Amino acid sequence: MLELKNINFSRDGKKILDNVNLKLDLKKFYVVTGPNGSGKSTLAKIIMGILKPDSGVIIFNGENITDKSINERAKMGIGYAFQTPALFKGITVYDLLVLAANKKLTKVETCDYLSKVGLCANEYLNREISNNLSGGELKRIEIASVLAKKNILRIFDEPEAGIDLWSFHNLAQVFKTLTKEEGITLIISHQERILNMADEIILINKGKIKKIGQKDEVMSDIFKGNLLKGVKICDRNR
Amino acid sequence: MTEIDKNLLKEISEEEAKNASAYNIRKNGKCLDRKVSDYINIVPKEDGKGIDVYVKENTLFGIVHIPVIITESGLTDIVYNDFHIGKNANVIIFAGCGVHNDGNKEARHDGIHRFYLAENAKVKYAEKHYGEGNNGKKVLNPVTEIIMQKSSRMDMTSLQLKGVDDTNRITKATLYEGATLIVNEKILTNNTQKAKTTFEVELKGDNSSTKVTSRSVATENSYQEFISKVVGKTKCYGHVSCDAIIKDEGMIKAVPEIFAKDTDANLIHEAAIGKIAGEQLLKLMTLGLSEAEAEKVIIDGFLR
Ligand SMILES: Nc1ncnc2c1ncn2[C@@H]1O[C@H](COP(=O)(O)OP(=O)(O)OP(=O)(O)O)[C@@H](O)[C@H]1O
Ligand SMILES: [Mg+2]
Repeated sequence: MLELKNINFSRDGKKILDNVNLKLDLKKFYVVTGPNGSGKSTLAKIIMGILKPDSGVIIFNGENITDKSINERAKMGIGYAFQTPALFKGITVYDLLVLAANKKLTKVETCDYLSKVGLCANEYLNREISNNLSGGELKRIEIASVLAKKNILRIFDEPEAGIDLWSFHNLAQVFKTLTKEEGITLIISHQERILNMADEIILINKGKIKKIGQKDEVMSDIFKGNLLKGVKICDRNR
Repeated sequence: MTEIDKNLLKEISEEEAKNASAYNIRKNGKCLDRKVSDYINIVPKEDGKGIDVYVKENTLFGIVHIPVIITESGLTDIVYNDFHIGKNANVIIFAGCGVHNDGNKEARHDGIHRFYLAENAKVKYAEKHYGEGNNGKKVLNPVTEIIMQKSSRMDMTSLQLKGVDDTNRITKATLYEGATLIVNEKILTNNTQKAKTTFEVELKGDNSSTKVTSRSVATENSYQEFISKVVGKTKCYGHVSCDAIIKDEGMIKAVPEIFAKDTDANLIHEAAIGKIAGEQLLKLMTLGLSEAEAEKVIIDGFLR
């Protein structure tokens, strides 16, 4: 369904993605995990078209989308919930959901999207998407905007960040149900609960896919210490 | 009234203005229609160059609508409108000017509005400025002078989104004890339009306060200037913020001035000018909007 072939991405002489190959299938729930700075968000942005790879090919739904723009990909059914949601002035939660759904929404529909992320529509629909909302609220609205859009591939970048555990449990269920029904879910996460739900876990380190597999195999890799081997916290001689 | 007149009126009038209990419609320097009520009187000045609006003391609620339209190329219309708002009165005043200029000469309207708010009076004042037509310049220079007595309050909104080639807007206010002035200004310029706004607020009375918020967008080759001077002479509060987006070759200059003449004066100024934030564009594009569509949504929201 989605295939990345030999994706490379460097900046400032540093390889951020190093020959990444990946295939995602329909109705599967994928979790990407790995240390901070390993290239997870970069990978997501390359799939969404926010970043262009230096080399490599992206195939989605049988079509080569490597040169397609962000909005073309969005229209084909790729959605991305940003790790850090954008702030606006004068744009309300309702406005954003309508833009995402690309049609007028009834109260019931908006309420449905917001309750999935644990927010009450009455309190939030007319709020501006700005710093007046808390970090967790912004994050939930960002997720709701991806749920409101018709997507085949949904990417969530650390959706748990800033969201309390109790609410996140419900959210995780929403993701799971959604995937069973349709499309592909790709979640970037460090949360064990999310890792447990994955059909496949993709482990990234230093821009390379280290392992793709079931939780147990991947986790053992992480805990065996293979992953962090050779990582220097601080090199005093530089 | 011609179709052009009707359209101009529509462009500059809020929906609520339809319910006006008193109105005065001015076209090309002459009164087109007028209505008064028991509480709100409108009296033309003797030289024909304006009106006096009297709102009686203790008027519980009233809506006043005083639009101006200009359709004559080469006309310069200067008008003095004075608003005398009685003690404890509460009114909404809609003003605005629409210019349709298809000729080659400049069409200009200078509206000088003076507000006298008696003790405890409350005014919501909204003005809209709009221009259309092809050749001749459309120039609007609104001046607003406000004298606010004890505990009075005024909420002013000023909107100019389209078609005005040149504007020099001046708002001056003097606030006495406990008076509150809230101003919201929104301006969008394009082409080679120029817009200059000046706010001068003098906080004279104890516990007087003002909040001036300007949001503006300058696109293409347009130029805007925002000047604000707030003087605090006593225990008072003043907050001025100018938030602006520039696009293409647009330019905006913000000149803030706050002058505290008393240790209890609390004055704040904020100004930020910049292009549309990249992450806002990206977010909307991931929802399927093109870059141009995303920009429009962001600017429309910003100026809402
Ligand atoms: N435009 C850029 N220019 C230079 N370096 C960049 C750029 N974008 C990302 N990087 C670097 O690339 C690496 C990967 O970043 P990325 O955001 O993909 O990491 P991540 O795995 O999502 O990390 P986290 O878990 O902290 O979110 C980091 O070292 C980051 O500093
Ligand atoms: Mg990241």
